[in-house]
Amino acid sequence: MASEGIFSTREVAGVALRRKRRSDASTLALGAVAVLVLSFLYLPVIVLIVFSFNDNSVMTLPLNGFTLDWYRKLFANDEMLRAIRNSFYVATFATVLTTLIGVPAAFALDRSDFPGKAIFRRIVLLPLTLPGIITGISMLQMFHLLGFNLSLQTVIMGHGTALIAIVLTQVYARLQRFNRRWEEASSDLGGRPWQTFLLITLPNIRSALVGSALLAFTLSFDEIPVTFFLTGRENTLPMYIYSTLRRGFTPEINAIATIIVVASLGVILVSIRLLRNTDAPGGR
Amino acid sequence: MRLTAHRRLNSLAVLALPLAWTLLFMIVPYAIMLAYSFFRKQGFTFVPDFNLANYALLIKDPQYREVLQRTLKIALTVSLSAMVLAYPLAYFIAFKISSQRVRLFLYMMVIIPLWVSYLLRAYIWKTILGSEGVLNSFLVWTGVISEPTPLLLYNQFSMVLTLTYIFVPFMFMPIYTALEKIPRSLIEASWDLGVDPLRTFLKVTLPLSVPGLLAGFTFTFCLSFGDFIAPFLVGGPTGTLVANVVQSQFGIAFNWPLGAAISMVILLIVITIISISDRFERAGRIDMG
Repeated sequence: MASEGIFSTREVAGVALRRKRRSDASTLALGAVAVLVLSFLYLPVIVLIVFSFNDNSVMTLPLNGFTLDWYRKLFANDEMLRAIRNSFYVATFATVLTTLIGVPAAFALDRSDFPGKAIFRRIVLLPLTLPGIITGISMLQMFHLLGFNLSLQTVIMGHGTALIAIVLTQVYARLQRFNRRWEEASSDLGGRPWQTFLLITLPNIRSALVGSALLAFTLSFDEIPVTFFLTGRENTLPMYIYSTLRRGFTPEINAIATIIVVASLGVILVSIRLLRNTDAPGGR
Repeated sequence: MRLTAHRRLNSLAVLALPLAWTLLFMIVPYAIMLAYSFFRKQGFTFVPDFNLANYALLIKDPQYREVLQRTLKIALTVSLSAMVLAYPLAYFIAFKISSQRVRLFLYMMVIIPLWVSYLLRAYIWKTILGSEGVLNSFLVWTGVISEPTPLLLYNQFSMVLTLTYIFVPFMFMPIYTALEKIPRSLIEASWDLGVDPLRTFLKVTLPLSVPGLLAGFTFTFCLSFGDFIAPFLVGGPTGTLVANVVQSQFGIAFNWPLGAAISMVILLIVITIISISDRFERAGRIDMG
């Protein structure tokens, strides 16, 4: 249309061509930046993995030779194995706890109005941006005042508190997309509330539930700031690594790091699957 | 009538546990922390004092003021650096990749590091930048420098680098989400009106991505502000941050009241930043109509 107006066809084509060339150049520049940033994110991880197989107790280039020694030492390290068991224990119960609190909280924020709702939302979401050290020391002071001994159980309570917001936001987002008419239909057809919940609501939020539980599990497994202040004599895995780093570097750390990277990748793949699926028809 | 009463009872039951938990494990501990911040250390116990001595010390003692200023500066530098890295990446993935599968794949590539242990992501840089580390030995090996330099580690540069590395994915996520939501028709309309791509970006895309930038900034600033792990690993003597001071007050220095006062300051700063970014975001939303 424009060609019949003020501009000639050639002019329009010229502008389009120039624009295309310029956008090609900007795409190229942006692409280069994207590649650089992605390398920035991944090169260190690759370094870590490569050096976990390097036959040298200091991390210097050039590489010495291939070895599995660090992995062998790792599996002979009882203290670390105990820390790993502790981490599984803590992460499991923290995940259960945080789900038990986070899911009803998501329902309450999605569906009911109550006085102080805005403040409740504010507070319960605070740990998303609040540095873990604050959660850790505020709970430490309370436990101290109540005369509680610090243990893995107090760590679980700390993680549970810090991670509620994770489960809450994921489940809340799914509930917001969930079409409530499905529930109305169910109750119109004579479904009791618990039937409606189990057969209609739950299947629709299931993937968000499982996905966010997995996320909470990994975050708890990895947690330091809260654990640091709330643990007693027992150590979790990251706390164990933290304390060995204080003593100095050992390549065993690279080996355990590599295992953590690979294991996290597994968990990520599963949780992506779950978080993206809209597994029941009422999803949208 | 009965139905609504029933429903109210139901929603109360749903709410009871989260409400009780929040009260018992968040509000009460914060209140106790606030109370402790008015206590005074006496020998090996803490006694109530109920004055602002701890807070006054934070303002008066240049040692604490310096740490607080340094932490603010570093958190700000980290947030801006992460923004500079994350924005073009998010823009590239959101606008220049046409296949949805590739977009999703790249998105995951960026956020996957979030799942890899926080501690390890900080520790990696210690092993890379150290004088017996990967980068130094690489530079010596290739002949760029003749002997290892200690300048790479244990300073503010290494700390900003490490924290930026940790927080780029955090910054990326909300920016990408904001960019992806922008209707392509708005940008095309701007081009059709003869506005060149740069000005289109400045006038259309950038303003519409502000909510994402704000969210990313809030996360990165608050979390790096309260970190004590990266300073411990790569910070060195000039890199102590405010959370390290809190940590030592609850450890070796054993002055819980002072530690509680510093924590209250951190809590206050975080709440202020969340409120500001909330307000801005809401204003932005109204602008969009």
